[in-house]
Amino acid sequence: MEPAEIAALLRLEMALDLRQRAAWAGMLLYVVSAVYVCYLAVKGGLGLATWNALFWIILLFAAFNALTRSFQREDAGRQLYLYTLVDPRSVILARAIYNGGVMVVLSLLSLLVYTLLLGTDVLVEADLGQFVLAVVLGGIGFASVLTLISAIAARAGNGIGLMAILGFPLVLPLLLTVMRASKLALDGVAWSVTSTYFGGLVLLDVITVALAWILFPYLWRD
Amino acid sequence: MRNWWKFLGIGLLLFASIAGLLIPLAPALVHVSPDRIAPGPVDVTVTGYNTAFGGDVKVRLVNEGQAVCASSVAVLDGTHLTARFDVPVGFKANLTDLEVNGLVYQGALFTEGLGTGIAAQTCPEQTMPAKAFVFPNRSILYESIRNLHFHVPMWFTMIVLMGISVFQSIKVLGSNSLDRDRAAEMAVRIGLVFCVLGLITGALWARATWGAFWTNDVKLNGAAVTGLIYVAYLVLRGSVQDAHKRARLAAIYNIFAFVLLVLFLFVVPRLNAIDSLHPGNGGNSGFSDLDLDDRLRVIFYPAVLGWILLGTWMYDLRVRAARLETAMDR
Repeated sequence: MEPAEIAALLRLEMALDLRQRAAWAGMLLYVVSAVYVCYLAVKGGLGLATWNALFWIILLFAAFNALTRSFQREDAGRQLYLYTLVDPRSVILARAIYNGGVMVVLSLLSLLVYTLLLGTDVLVEADLGQFVLAVVLGGIGFASVLTLISAIAARAGNGIGLMAILGFPLVLPLLLTVMRASKLALDGVAWSVTSTYFGGLVLLDVITVALAWILFPYLWRD
Repeated sequence: MRNWWKFLGIGLLLFASIAGLLIPLAPALVHVSPDRIAPGPVDVTVTGYNTAFGGDVKVRLVNEGQAVCASSVAVLDGTHLTARFDVPVGFKANLTDLEVNGLVYQGALFTEGLGTGIAAQTCPEQTMPAKAFVFPNRSILYESIRNLHFHVPMWFTMIVLMGISVFQSIKVLGSNSLDRDRAAEMAVRIGLVFCVLGLITGALWARATWGAFWTNDVKLNGAAVTGLIYVAYLVLRGSVQDAHKRARLAAIYNIFAFVLLVLFLFVVPRLNAIDSLHPGNGGNSGFSDLDLDDRLRVIFYPAVLGWILLGTWMYDLRVRAARLETAMDR
């Protein structure tokens, strides 16, 4: 496992994704339609807590939708090819980093669409820097938990359904923490209060990536 | 004797369950009527729980250390009495305690006609009740305090079984042994039984004390997530056909889930604990602060050990049965 290997794998991921424009378009369309459905359903006038909750629910499902693909597209031939060439730890690390990046982009885009359609009334009091940080950390957190789950689900050969069953209970702690943090950010609470939550989120992210890094080699050999 | 621990477990369980159900609650005063006093004569009716009023009963009011003795006491039965007081003008605090033979009802009476103090009275010495072996009698909890010996050991046992399961899963990754994989599965299955029992006893307790079977509380969410994770583990096992592949996938998920679960149960509540009702969270005390907590402990620790031994025994039986099943399939 060396940085050059990880960088090469990251470039590979990016190239593959750029080649599959439909996948990106699918993710974006998913977010836009989900937000639009909410917009039609609530017709404005959301309280702060509901605004926050709805945003995270949309983001949660978007994350599942986007990250299920992570290991699904791998066919047996390409997997064997990678297996003979690189260290599995580089693969999981590159995948986690790439998924983290995807989720950051996706979360920020969701936030943009969400605020455009559902209004920014609740953002009056908000500490925007903190809120965006919560969104970014939440996105990275989803990516770090779901990357390994996506690998397990793909290996079990029953992708999407299994992904939801395995992933939801594990994402829940993260979701609760990040929802609380972003709620506090929307209320405009001081950094000294919210920093514990951000610290906790970073800790969760680091631990899950470390666990994935340790466990993935066992998953990969067949 | 190879099976001594099974007998020990059964013995401890029998002891803890019977003692936990039969030992009476400490006597206490549960109701005082009326709930406010003003200067002048007043009849106060006191209702006790597990008390034995009778004979020479001493009743007094205490306000900031200043006592007023009852001018007459009429005992209705073992748990009811009426006491007559001449309430003077000039109590200092607006909550007055009521004492019957050394039992105190804190802040029983809202007090009117406050002043700077009253002429001191010295009441006859209160006879303290004999110290019997009883459970603490706490408002809101009352008799449900016995559930401590059932609800809490369930979770201890579940954590121990899930711990066994993770240990076996780690061994699976090292050895690819199907036997260890079976052991991990059985530990999870038995652990889930205890999870369900913990949820049921917890829901009943919550209904009795908080008024609802389920509340949105970090501790309860933790319990629900635990259940979901291990049901998902069994679903994952069910969806993979190849035994060796199943063993490896299940082991990886088990280890990953267990570490996140430990984080969720012990770290996230620290972050979100401000609004928890559950004892031991959010500034709520556990049971260790009770004045008579040692009496609970004498039953509680044997109960925990007994349930853990029972759970381990169940796990052992299931593993051996599964082993025999595979041997016969061959």
